[in-house]
Amino acid sequence: MAKVFLKPKALADTHTHYCPGCTHGIIHRLVAEVIDELGVQDTTVGVAPVGCSVLAYNYFNFDFQEAAHGRAPAVATGIKRARPDLTVFTYQGDGDLASIGMAEIIHAANRGEKFVTIFVNNAVYGMTGGQMAPTTMPNQISTTSPAGRDVADVGMPIKVAELLAALQTPAFISRQAVLKPKQIFKAKKAIKKAFQYQLEGKCFSMVEVVSTCPTNWGLTPVDSLKWAEDKLLSYYKLGDYKTPEAE
Amino acid sequence: MAKVLMKGNEAIGEAAIKAGCLNYFAYPITPQTEVAEYLCRRLPEENGVFLQAESEVAASYMLFGAAGAGERVFTTSSSPGISLMGEAISYMAGAQLPAVLVNIMRGGPGLGGILPAQGDYFQATKGGGHGDYRLLTLAPASVQEAVEMVMEAFTLAEKYRNPVMILGDGMLGQMMEPVEFPEGLTTAPSNKDEWATNGMGNRNSNKPNIVKSLFLTDTDLNENNLVLKAKYEEMKKHEIRYESYNTDGDYQLLLVSFGMMSRICKSAIDDLKEEGIEIGLIRPQTLFPFPDEAIRQAVDKPSCKSALSVELNMGQMVEDVERCVHGKRPVSWFGTAGGVIPTPEEVVAEIKRVLG
Amino acid sequence: MQSEIMFAGFGGQGILLMGEILAQAALKEGKEVAWIPSYGPEMRGGTAYCTVVISDRPIGSPVIKNPKHLLAMNRPSLEKFAPTVKPGGIILINSSLIPIESGRDDVDQIKINATGLANELGNVRIANVIALSAFVARSKLVDFESAQEAVKNKLAKKKKLIPLNLEAMEKGKELALNQ
Repeated sequence: MAKVFLKPKALADTHTHYCPGCTHGIIHRLVAEVIDELGVQDTTVGVAPVGCSVLAYNYFNFDFQEAAHGRAPAVATGIKRARPDLTVFTYQGDGDLASIGMAEIIHAANRGEKFVTIFVNNAVYGMTGGQMAPTTMPNQISTTSPAGRDVADVGMPIKVAELLAALQTPAFISRQAVLKPKQIFKAKKAIKKAFQYQLEGKCFSMVEVVSTCPTNWGLTPVDSLKWAEDKLLSYYKLGDYKTPEAE
Repeated sequence: MAKVLMKGNEAIGEAAIKAGCLNYFAYPITPQTEVAEYLCRRLPEENGVFLQAESEVAASYMLFGAAGAGERVFTTSSSPGISLMGEAISYMAGAQLPAVLVNIMRGGPGLGGILPAQGDYFQATKGGGHGDYRLLTLAPASVQEAVEMVMEAFTLAEKYRNPVMILGDGMLGQMMEPVEFPEGLTTAPSNKDEWATNGMGNRNSNKPNIVKSLFLTDTDLNENNLVLKAKYEEMKKHEIRYESYNTDGDYQLLLVSFGMMSRICKSAIDDLKEEGIEIGLIRPQTLFPFPDEAIRQAVDKPSCKSALSVELNMGQMVEDVERCVHGKRPVSWFGTAGGVIPTPEEVVAEIKRVLG
Repeated sequence: MQSEIMFAGFGGQGILLMGEILAQAALKEGKEVAWIPSYGPEMRGGTAYCTVVISDRPIGSPVIKNPKHLLAMNRPSLEKFAPTVKPGGIILINSSLIPIESGRDDVDQIKINATGLANELGNVRIANVIALSAFVARSKLVDFESAQEAVKNKLAKKKKLIPLNLEAMEKGKELALNQ
């Protein structure tokens, strides 16, 4: 019998620690498929810092570095500058990238470092158990905003794609989602474009992926998809914010 | 090769290039900025990587990334900058990455000042970052020795897969002395295919390499710490270096001093010799591992009445000297905070005071 | 034998360079040398100074509180450092800018109209070379030819300035030996 659906070679044959309904698994798979399709498994180095994806090195089947909280863009800069022949990407969450690692991502993007950043935005700190992130929605309940995010106190959530697209240097800035099959296909296209740009020597690309966290949102996986569709996508608009072609 | 007159900071930069290190990531801070100013001109000539990072934090993680990819890496900073690198230094030690860091010390705490100091002795030898780790720490006392130590540091870092710290001070960085760059001090980069993330295809392997310092289970974490501990014990066996000065005869007191301060001590010893007073000196060239046994034996000499640790800080290395002497002789400290450098005359006066 | 020479003046007078040229000349003669700048807050617009130590054996302390010689290029430098010079040393005074004496009778005081002469030669920036040459000729710490070589090497990338500098050196030497 012919096999019609296989695990990508770039994905390790193992179980993940991700919670039921978490969309990290989908995004991992998209990255692995792209790496397979581009034939760069042998030259790829991933970097994942602290956050739910800190153990990503166990789930991919290529070289990996674990970074400190927020520092993945600096680590990736070091790798890519020293070894331009390697294909380098970071895989970061919103607490990591948009809070503690804001300086590193802005400057890596602004220098036009030739790597890809996959930015998984689920509007909450997942690994530490549901604290408020810079991306947490107004009035969204978290363990450190039990009455809901008070924007008068802590400001509005940060729109990272728009922020980085305001810089002149980056090549490709896009926001995608993985809440519906159609979105997943589009997200894969964007991720593939980002990696292709790196292989073409174009500078920094980031794909923000709107994602879910059923556990810390206190919702079922299905309700999480619905909540993200309603609440997150109305604020975090999908689309390409910056493309090399538009320059 | 003829000796050339070079500023310490520039000589340190050139020494790294001569040692085959072509990856430098740093952030400007006085009094070591000339290293960056020198290397931003020199490294492109060697097809190397020079990058001015957005912060010392970022610079130290660029170092981490490039070291993890198997390349020789190097950074320089000064005290407050090294504090910011403390996190990455701990991560590099935990992930067993070879890297060379130079601290051209200035006075602290806080913003402190920009004048020479040795206030980061504890930071370099006892921690600085979190967790159980050690840095092989070298303390040059001249521009020439700084050059040699930088060149050797890359070999040591790779031998132990551990960061190596060169602990100098602002005066070493700023002064000019004649230097030459000796052949044979640096070995070719070691093969890092066993662990570096240099791309599976580049090492004909189908097994990914993972660079990490995360060990979530208690047994894994303990195991990693035991591996590190074993390395530090090896360093203690093989890497201790020190210089003895005027220790052949019957000296009445033993000075212990490192870096630039030790040169002032030597002048004091010479001055006292003319008065007929014999003083010995042990100058640790490695601050970790520390020359415990050499100091213990030197103090044990019957003529030696006490030990005096002379430092450009408020008394840090003196605690290690006390540990070595272990109560057998009185141990005291003499020094000044950053910027105010004791003269030989002041050291002489202190020695006479101690001798009574 | 060890000599310590302090060079002091305003920022912009080429103080650090004077020291470096002397250090280069001494190195050329196979001597041990160390050049120590002031790099404290005072380097911003204020006084600049550096110390050069020349010795026939390895140099111990490069920290010098009492130099053997002083080249004072402005008045605050003379006032600050003249009292620190060891007896028997040389105090060179840039008399164009310093209307006072060192107040020391136990040193060899020489007054050189360095800035004025530099202006006469058409380039105020060579006052440092005039003063240094006068000092070298008077102290004989290094051969005059070694100092000339060091100046020429320093100007290797600005060759057209060499004749002017060599002329300035001769003037400085003449002034020092005629006092």
